[in-house]
Amino acid sequence: MSKTLTLALMDAPYEKAASTTALRLIHEALSRGHNVNVFAYEGAVNLTMADQKPHANPVKGTSLEEEDHPTTKEWIGSLFELAENKGATLKWINCGLCVDERGAGNWIPGPVRGGPPHFVAFAKSSDATLVIPTK
Amino acid sequence: MTAYLYIESRDPFDSADSRYFPDLVKGTRERGHKTTLFLVQNGVLPARKGSQFSDRFRELAEAGITIYADDFSLAERAIGAADTDSHVQSAGMDRLLDLLLEPDTKAVWH
Repeated sequence: MSKTLTLALMDAPYEKAASTTALRLIHEALSRGHNVNVFAYEGAVNLTMADQKPHANPVKGTSLEEEDHPTTKEWIGSLFELAENKGATLKWINCGLCVDERGAGNWIPGPVRGGPPHFVAFAKSSDATLVIPTK
Repeated sequence: MTAYLYIESRDPFDSADSRYFPDLVKGTRERGHKTTLFLVQNGVLPARKGSQFSDRFRELAEAGITIYADDFSLAERAIGAADTDSHVQSAGMDRLLDLLLEPDTKAVWH
């Protein structure tokens, strides 16, 4: 039976392992056909920014292709695809004020703008809620 | 009765407050709640066999607390099955998801 998991994320991409853990957990839930709600707060609104670009690594001397640098926008884009393929729902809300502060409004398709009341609504309608705070 | 799932992401060698977190975990169990501790990210570092935290894991396990460590985090830190504290079980995101979705469970990330 399908259940619903809500996550609140706060960390900006490329800074903490918590972002990777969260995406792994979302992947697991969607793979099993569960629905997932994400409320991206503070720096986490940058996870879905469309302007992210992979890069070469001048320290190692690797090219763009050799480095094959992953971006969080690609990972999250693939999670939206996974949800569709599994018949599950991935709802992703970026905190609007956090977006405005950071000028981070150019997103990949999927996320929508919202605020803390949406997180409360997510939590009330979910089977489980996990808040992953910044340190 | 409410079950509690504590997720420890911090390294006690780096974060002093991680030394008090097991007290919270044990105290919850002593109040009769089903209690699980799931180590993830740098939180798995004390699970290396022979670390100074071995006694703490034994104490928690003997109190009836199940202790897991994220397999991906263990592998990233070269902590193999033979190197893992005997009171700590390796588990993946599938197990964490199962624990989260158990009815009447409160999850706390540290």
